[in-house]
Amino acid sequence: MTSDSIKNNNRNKNNSKNTTQWFSNITLLRESQIMKIHYITGVGALFVVAIHIMMRLIMPFNMSLEFENVILNYKNVFYALLLESILILIAIHGFNGLRVILLEIRQTQIWERAVNILVIVAMIGIIAYGTRTIIIANGFSLG
Amino acid sequence: MNIFKKDKRKEIKNESPLEIKRSNISTTTSSNKSSVKLRVFRINAVQNPNDVPHFDEFHVPVKRWTTVLDALLDAKSYQDSSIGIRYSCRMASCGSCGMKINGIPRLACYTKISDLDTNTITCEPLPNFPYIRDLVTDFSQFFNHHRSVMPFIQNKKADIPDVNELSEYEQSPQDLDKFLQFSYCIKCGLCYSACPTVATDLKFPGPQALSQAYRYFADSRDSDKSNRLKVIDTSHGIWRCHFAGSCSNVCPKGVDPALGIQLLRSHLLGISNSEKKIAKLQDRSLNSYREEEEEKEKEKEEEKE
Repeated sequence: MTSDSIKNNNRNKNNSKNTTQWFSNITLLRESQIMKIHYITGVGALFVVAIHIMMRLIMPFNMSLEFENVILNYKNVFYALLLESILILIAIHGFNGLRVILLEIRQTQIWERAVNILVIVAMIGIIAYGTRTIIIANGFSLG
Repeated sequence: MNIFKKDKRKEIKNESPLEIKRSNISTTTSSNKSSVKLRVFRINAVQNPNDVPHFDEFHVPVKRWTTVLDALLDAKSYQDSSIGIRYSCRMASCGSCGMKINGIPRLACYTKISDLDTNTITCEPLPNFPYIRDLVTDFSQFFNHHRSVMPFIQNKKADIPDVNELSEYEQSPQDLDKFLQFSYCIKCGLCYSACPTVATDLKFPGPQALSQAYRYFADSRDSDKSNRLKVIDTSHGIWRCHFAGSCSNVCPKGVDPALGIQLLRSHLLGISNSEKKIAKLQDRSLNSYREEEEEKEKEKEEEKE
């Protein structure tokens, strides 16, 4: 680390504050609130995944992966809601964790904005696509 | 007159002043005189930005109580006066002589060579700080982070402008104990250099600034707690600490910055108002021992009854 890099960092300091404020304005959340959500989703995901694993142990492993049995799972509304909650909790927890890791690697303004945008887009995209899958699979039984 | 007796005065005149002083020292050392090899990191980043860092080796005599700082100053005085080193108080009070000694950030004045239990002492500048020269590093960023947490009492209720009415900040000993440990910080930078997050994230304030944020947050005389929390509640603030604990491990004053950071986090999350637990003072006098024994005997008699 040289003095020049420190000077550049000082110049970027004000820019980084603006980036942080910009992200906070979009999310309307402070970092402490984001981390509270991160901790809650982590504990919640642990709980619902444990239920999911226990339910998978009801039948032998090979049988549980057969197409008809998988569709039958989605017929059960409560199980579909369980899968939806797993999807939402893990998507939020995972992508926020990825955001934290990426922000620590580099601290330029462009990088931080790109990471924040991509994380939000990916989170929304994964949840949307997963919810679509659950709805279609649940509706499949009606067809 | 003994013609065979050598005139010592003539011998002394032929030697240089430095050699005389050095030879006097060697004759006054104890019978346990030994020497160690001192490997000192050398670089001149300011005058020669293209300078290649390298190590210079010095053999210095040591005694049982010789510190690394003593050894470095010995090498600087008698072997290479161009060694760049910061030091001041020599008693772990100023924090100037922080450096990496055998891979661990320590204070050179507070590290005895005998404690290192090795014949080769490697002295390098503190990690996570830019080089200036040899063992001297640039503390500008470190002090910037410290300034950013507003390390001073802010109390709008204080009637300081009115000099006719003297006032005081009333603070009980219990209130003082809540932050006293964190006030022992001497800003040596050892925790900042040991922190793995600081190594990757230049915007992270570091354990020293965050522990000082807690020091003023926990001070009952301070009234601006919300602003302090806003400063550190950012994407590169307190939440990037991963609780490695290296900061508390290397702190020479027992400040325990990791504890301050965790206590601040619990305040930010709003899940608890936890404060530093104060150890209860136990009366270890002879009278108290006798009273305890009497109480035990009474309990035994009551049980028998």
